[in-house]
Amino acid sequence: MLAVNNLDVVYEDVILVLKNVTLEVPAGAIVALLGANGAGKTTLLRAVTGLLDVHRGAVTRGSVTLDGQPLHHLDAPRTVAAGIGQVMEGRRIFTDLTVDENLRIGGHAADRATVAAGLDRAYSLFPVLADRRQQPAGYLSGGEQQMLAIGRALMSQPAYLLLDEPSLGLAPRLVQHIKELIVEINRQGTAILLVEQNASMALSIASHGYVLETGKVVMDGAAAELLANDDIREFYLGLSEERDLSFRDVKHYRRRKRWLS
Amino acid sequence: MTELISSGLVRGLGIGSTYALLAVGFVIIYRATGVINFAQPALMILGAYATSVLATGAGLPFPVAVLAAMAVLAAVGMATERVALRPMVGRQPFAAAMVTVGVLTVLFVVAHRLIGTQVRTVGDPWGLQRAELFGVSVAQVDLAKIVVSMVAIGAVGLFLARSRLGLAMRATSMDQEVALAQGVDVGRMFSLAWGISAALAALAGMLIGTSAGGFEAITALVALKALPVVIVGGLDSIKGAVYAGLLIGVAEALTRLYQPRYAEWLGANVDVVVPYVIMIVVLVVRPYGLFGTREVERV
Ligand SMILES: Nc1ncnc2c1ncn2[C@@H]1O[C@H](COP(=O)(O)OP(=O)(O)OP(=O)(O)O)[C@@H](O)[C@H]1O
Ligand SMILES: [Mg+2]
Repeated sequence: MLAVNNLDVVYEDVILVLKNVTLEVPAGAIVALLGANGAGKTTLLRAVTGLLDVHRGAVTRGSVTLDGQPLHHLDAPRTVAAGIGQVMEGRRIFTDLTVDENLRIGGHAADRATVAAGLDRAYSLFPVLADRRQQPAGYLSGGEQQMLAIGRALMSQPAYLLLDEPSLGLAPRLVQHIKELIVEINRQGTAILLVEQNASMALSIASHGYVLETGKVVMDGAAAELLANDDIREFYLGLSEERDLSFRDVKHYRRRKRWLS
Repeated sequence: MTELISSGLVRGLGIGSTYALLAVGFVIIYRATGVINFAQPALMILGAYATSVLATGAGLPFPVAVLAAMAVLAAVGMATERVALRPMVGRQPFAAAMVTVGVLTVLFVVAHRLIGTQVRTVGDPWGLQRAELFGVSVAQVDLAKIVVSMVAIGAVGLFLARSRLGLAMRATSMDQEVALAQGVDVGRMFSLAWGISAALAALAGMLIGTSAGGFEAITALVALKALPVVIVGGLDSIKGAVYAGLLIGVAEALTRLYQPRYAEWLGANVDVVVPYVIMIVVLVVRPYGLFGTREVERV
């Protein structure tokens, strides 16, 4: 199990961005992490993957553990070796490298056999990439780049895969496709922490969800429960129940808006 | 015609190849770490010294001595990176460049101590012998410079293009954070860049030490030519470093050959200025160099 325990994260020694965050990703599960812009979702992933120091951030309290072993003291390469893979926000593929090279770099620390198996797996999960192995990755479409970023993260055969807003900027049809791929990757045995603003997509495949707001977990529960929750429906799904918008409701809305967004 | 080929083109390509070696070293460090390395002249002259000691002093076969000297300088380069440059990671590139000036000073003092005031030889097998090339008699040392440099640069190019570590180095030069996230030990890539660069500088030092009967400490200044070369080629382009090195070498040799004859009024030693003239012209026309990337930052 990947566990975040009472975690505080500070940037530049002064900006407290995560406050007492606790979150669990059981082995083999899909867990959704929801939250508005600036809530601290990416920061949480950085704390797990050893990338905080690149951004002058640090864990000041609490811990991140993988099967009980502390993770938050490790640098990024060691977290990869420990079995954590990640797809960073904005895909961040190497546009000047070929598709094949992008995948291979994902297997940098792995042995030959793992790399070969990883390439096979990536090209069978994403047949569009197989046709374009030798092309610069910068020529791929947004959706293809996202698939490449996912394929790259899988090259090290991680037990846990962290995805930071994989649906961002993709057309609905592609979002659907990415969603199916995530389910398939999970079925093949990889646990997934899915950071999303697209709450309906994330909650439809997750077993459990957390809502992060200005650095705090303000809500968590079974995905089905969250999907049914009025606040979530209203602020993440845009599905407010059709009720009269009286003055009181607007005030109510404002109040909750402050609380959630 | 014979003169044009042997004393102009071949000699120019010979000296230009050594500039290319030095410039490729600059580019590799710049791409991997974003640092402009001003310490290259000291690394170069230490390389010439190490070759000299190993070949003439210790009596190793010349090729073995050269490879050993490259290995020694690679170690010096990696140690320099670890001790002096690693603490600068994340600071302004300008500050790191200044640190390399400090490294230059320290290493140059060391080199001066070791070399002393005498002129030394690297023990090369070429001497003043000449060879026939398409019916023209050319100096063997010029051919050696061209062949050795191009083989070395080709090997580095192959390493970068084909090997696992080469791929990791390229990835690091594109996006350090993402490289880290793939499990690449970015610090090790910095170290490797300095090692390769210093080894190439050592090779250039050996080649420069073969000409004009030997080298002394002050010969290190030749390596400063690599600065106009990288600016002409583009700070981040290995291809640019090679072409610009050869271009400047040939321009220098042709000036040395013909200027005293046809433009004597320009004065003596004009060839020394030529690299900088070319650099200024290129800076005006293409500020990012002939092969460089447009948004490369300047130090
Ligand atoms: N390197 C940094 N230095 C200082 N503050 C930072 C840094 N990175 C992020 N922050 C701040 O931390 C907070 C959380 O940012 P983070 O990127 O983790 O949010 P997020 O939930 O991922 O947002 P988004 O949905 O926009 O990606 C924001 O207020 C942001 O401004
Ligand atoms: Mg984010």
